Amino acid sequence: MSDKTNVSRRRFIQGMGVAGLGAAFPGIWLGKPARASELRVGFIYVGSRDDYGYNQSHAAGARALRDLPGVTVLEEENVPETIAVQRTMESMINLDDVNLVFPTSFGYYDPHVLRVAGRNSNILFRHCGGLYEEGSHPENAGSYFGYIDECQYLNGIVAGHMTRSKRLGFIAARAIPQVLRNINAFTMGARSVDPDIRVQVIYTGDWHLPVREAEATNGLADQGVDVITCHVDSPMVIAETCEARGVYVCGYHADQSRLAPNRYLIGAEWKWETPYKRIVEDVMAGETPSRFLRGGLAEGFVQPSAYGSMVGDGARRQADEVKEKMMQGDFVIFEGPLNDNQGNTVIAEGESHEQRDTWLEQMDWLVEGVRD
Amino acid sequence: MQAGTLFLHARRAGSAAVPPVLALLAACVLFSLFLLVQGISPSAVFGNIYDGAFGSWFSWQNSMQRAAPIMLTALCVAITAKLGLIVIGAEGALVLGGLGAALAGLALQGWLPPLGAQVGLLLAGAVVGGLWIALAGALRHYRGVNETISTLLLTYIAIAVLNHLVEGPLRDPASLNNPSTFPLDWNVMIGEIPGTTIHWGFGFAVVACIVCWVLVNRTTFGFAARMIGGNPQAAKLSGIPVGRVLLLACGLGGAAAGLAGAVEVAAVHGAANSSLAVGYGFTGILVAFIARQNALAIIAVAILLGGLEASSGVVQRRMDLPDATLVVFQGIAFLCVLASEAIQGRLRMPQLLRPREAV
Amino acid sequence: MEEQTDVLQEQLTGVAEALGWWGVPLAILAGAIRASTPFLFVALGECLTERSGRINLGLEGGLVMGALAGFAFSHITGNPWAGVLMAALVGSLMGLIHGVLCSLPRVNDIAVGIAIMLFGVGLAFYLGKPFIQESAPRLPAVPLGFWSSSGAVQSALSVNALFVIGVILAPLMVLFFRSTRWGLVVRMVGDNEEAARAAGYSPMRVRILATMVGSAMAGIGGAFLSLYYPGGWSEGLSSGQGLMAVALVIFARWHPVYCMLAALLFGAAGAIGPALQSVGVSWGYYLFNAAPYVLTLVIMIIACSRFRTLRGAPGELSVAR
Repeated sequence: MSDKTNVSRRRFIQGMGVAGLGAAFPGIWLGKPARASELRVGFIYVGSRDDYGYNQSHAAGARALRDLPGVTVLEEENVPETIAVQRTMESMINLDDVNLVFPTSFGYYDPHVLRVAGRNSNILFRHCGGLYEEGSHPENAGSYFGYIDECQYLNGIVAGHMTRSKRLGFIAARAIPQVLRNINAFTMGARSVDPDIRVQVIYTGDWHLPVREAEATNGLADQGVDVITCHVDSPMVIAETCEARGVYVCGYHADQSRLAPNRYLIGAEWKWETPYKRIVEDVMAGETPSRFLRGGLAEGFVQPSAYGSMVGDGARRQADEVKEKMMQGDFVIFEGPLNDNQGNTVIAEGESHEQRDTWLEQMDWLVEGVRD
Repeated sequence: MQAGTLFLHARRAGSAAVPPVLALLAACVLFSLFLLVQGISPSAVFGNIYDGAFGSWFSWQNSMQRAAPIMLTALCVAITAKLGLIVIGAEGALVLGGLGAALAGLALQGWLPPLGAQVGLLLAGAVVGGLWIALAGALRHYRGVNETISTLLLTYIAIAVLNHLVEGPLRDPASLNNPSTFPLDWNVMIGEIPGTTIHWGFGFAVVACIVCWVLVNRTTFGFAARMIGGNPQAAKLSGIPVGRVLLLACGLGGAAAGLAGAVEVAAVHGAANSSLAVGYGFTGILVAFIARQNALAIIAVAILLGGLEASSGVVQRRMDLPDATLVVFQGIAFLCVLASEAIQGRLRMPQLLRPREAV
Repeated sequence: MEEQTDVLQEQLTGVAEALGWWGVPLAILAGAIRASTPFLFVALGECLTERSGRINLGLEGGLVMGALAGFAFSHITGNPWAGVLMAALVGSLMGLIHGVLCSLPRVNDIAVGIAIMLFGVGLAFYLGKPFIQESAPRLPAVPLGFWSSSGAVQSALSVNALFVIGVILAPLMVLFFRSTRWGLVVRMVGDNEEAARAAGYSPMRVRILATMVGSAMAGIGGAFLSLYYPGGWSEGLSSGQGLMAVALVIFARWHPVYCMLAALLFGAAGAIGPALQSVGVSWGYYLFNAAPYVLTLVIMIIACSRFRTLRGAPGELSVAR
């Protein structure tokens, strides 16, 4: 079964969906009296919006929209990636006249957002992290995401300077492209300081498992790992356990320095208000927001946490230097020659993949130096 | 004769429905107090609950759709409970049933006509789910392993197996951020009931409930099952093949849960992935016990619960309250309904006063 | 030359700090101590409740409410032990609801337990919103690993006081059931309601009390989660420890010391997955993470037999029939 047949199959479903349902239910969505010049935005979170992590970072972005004139924000949390999210989107549209939907969990996109978008062609959908396919996905769908791997690269540089054992740890929820990309960027940042550095990955198997995350942190610390970072929904427990075990931690999603005052080196933080404001402003101006909205440090979609006081000058200097280049757009993380940890060449000499290259969003390899 | 018995049934069902209705009213009062203490308007909350759950045809469909998988997992609990078993592992049967259905669908599509592949994958889901719970039944019967623990353990094991296979050997490399098996063909997917936006899973679930009711109340199998539930020793002495009935009941219950998984795959996801394990199995336990293991009552209770879940979103969006608000209400409501069983059968007074010729 | 000494230095620190494969048994031991405490308290509590002839599946609700109450009170008063006390109190209130409702005629204890679980978890999530961002003083640990220079050993052997209390409690509970009057009353009520009534004890009152105490212990188990390990209040704090611990009681055949062993086994097995991954064994991490469940099931299959089903089961218990 090749990728090609899958795509065409999917295209067919979309076509059928749009044609069939549009014909079956005319006017239900079009017939609503639009509330005059008001944009009603619906946010959907997969977990609790106060999770000190991923969902909270989106809720912070949603809060920033509340101050804009003419914008009403409606939020719904703990929506699982099943028929429930399809129904939630349609309920927002039907009962609350929402005209712009932000489903924020990775797993919402295919098939849920695609299906509901196909049925509601006059409503805009912008999904976090999905990969929009021109032509095969409904025109009113689209996605946005931040290049947080840039911040993970900076995390890696600082970690590379601070480690004494040359062994770093990465606690990851699942082996999906966006997680692998972070692991790779972190590793490459660290190995730019010292190519002997190794990164040990532990997969917990799900996005929020506090006890297992604590066990993983302890397991890494027992193995002599002295800097740990992560990609799980809420790094709260990991930061606190690192503080207790006396190993350094690089944060993720939000600033956790308060949880590990003596051990928090730096962190990778989202600034979702930037893409949210940009999308909303486009809609208010009557334009179609980009279906492939991406940005990194330069665009203000992500930002590093402030350095912890224990971070030395050498680390700050190198990290600042790279950050400056990233801001200028002169820095490419995924540049050849690059081998994966099986010894295969993944990016040949002279080749490079800039951030906007969607090849990176389909990553299924781990870079040399990662043990998983 | 039929009209008379029907009337009797209706009357009995009617009087059986009085305590739960009173209980729901009591729950509303308690929940209102809970809200008033915090200065939240109960009328606004209840208005939104009604709006989101049953206020329009759209909302009804929303509630019924959410009820479909819960009905089937509740059946798994209810059928086995007739024998006195407490099975809390419908989630595991659902998850593996979904996986089995996805694999069967992939194998069958292409060389069977779509309808054949659909039937095949639904059957596969039911068979896998049935075998999974029957395994717990066999452990119970042949080794004396308590089925409550074994089904709970088997659930965690089933979820681990699903995740392992879906992220490893069975993963479709094109499934990027939600690792899944290869997708089913569009024409194998199960569509919607004509005139509605509800997928056929709801229809299957209702039919399964009715079949199950008949099976338990109108067949020798059901009689044997109830007899084992009443007194296993007596059942054995009177020549009932306890082991066979037990395995069959577990298999049927597991099949219902496995069917729920198959429907999730064939009507919603189009592939098997970790979104199968979202707790339908656990919600089913609650529904089955509230419905007092009555397969027909399960339909009503599941729709009510689906409605509460559907309305949670409306309450969150319009009143900026957390998702947990409706969970608190569900908790209070179910505690009240369960407590109301104490007055079940004691509300005959008004009927006794009336002339009894109808009875 | 300088480079060489650097490399040597590095290797030396590597040897001193990294335990390699020895880390796996150490992590399992540490896991048994760290992760088993909630299981231990919930299982001992449930053991008491079930010995009185009632099953309370709602201990998960008591546990989560206890976790919140413990955290909130530790935060407000600045004293984690005040938090533990509050957790026990809140837990016992959840037990009171269960105990009273189940004393009504025809009310099914399992169903009420599931409803209590829903209610407790929902209420805790609702009331807990303001505390997610807060921090609270933690329960202290006893550094039993002070003799070792290895950070890993020190950490593995820093034992929380609640764990010690739980371990002492288990044999005390055996004594309680065997040789105290109250213990005999609980057992009598659990084994034969009529006999207890004939002897002048109210089964209802005994069961309500047993459920309250059992649920209070679940609350303490929750306080351990929020005040020690993994620590902090969040909505995903419990991953079903309360429900699993109830199952462990049946596994342990209603014997407090076996409950303790089961909890230790379960905590230890939970550490296998992360420990193996930290030394580089990554294949099948989902399967290794399911080790506690597989292990429990296998032990049950071996230990049970068709002809001596559920020895030690209280006669009045619904699941034991």
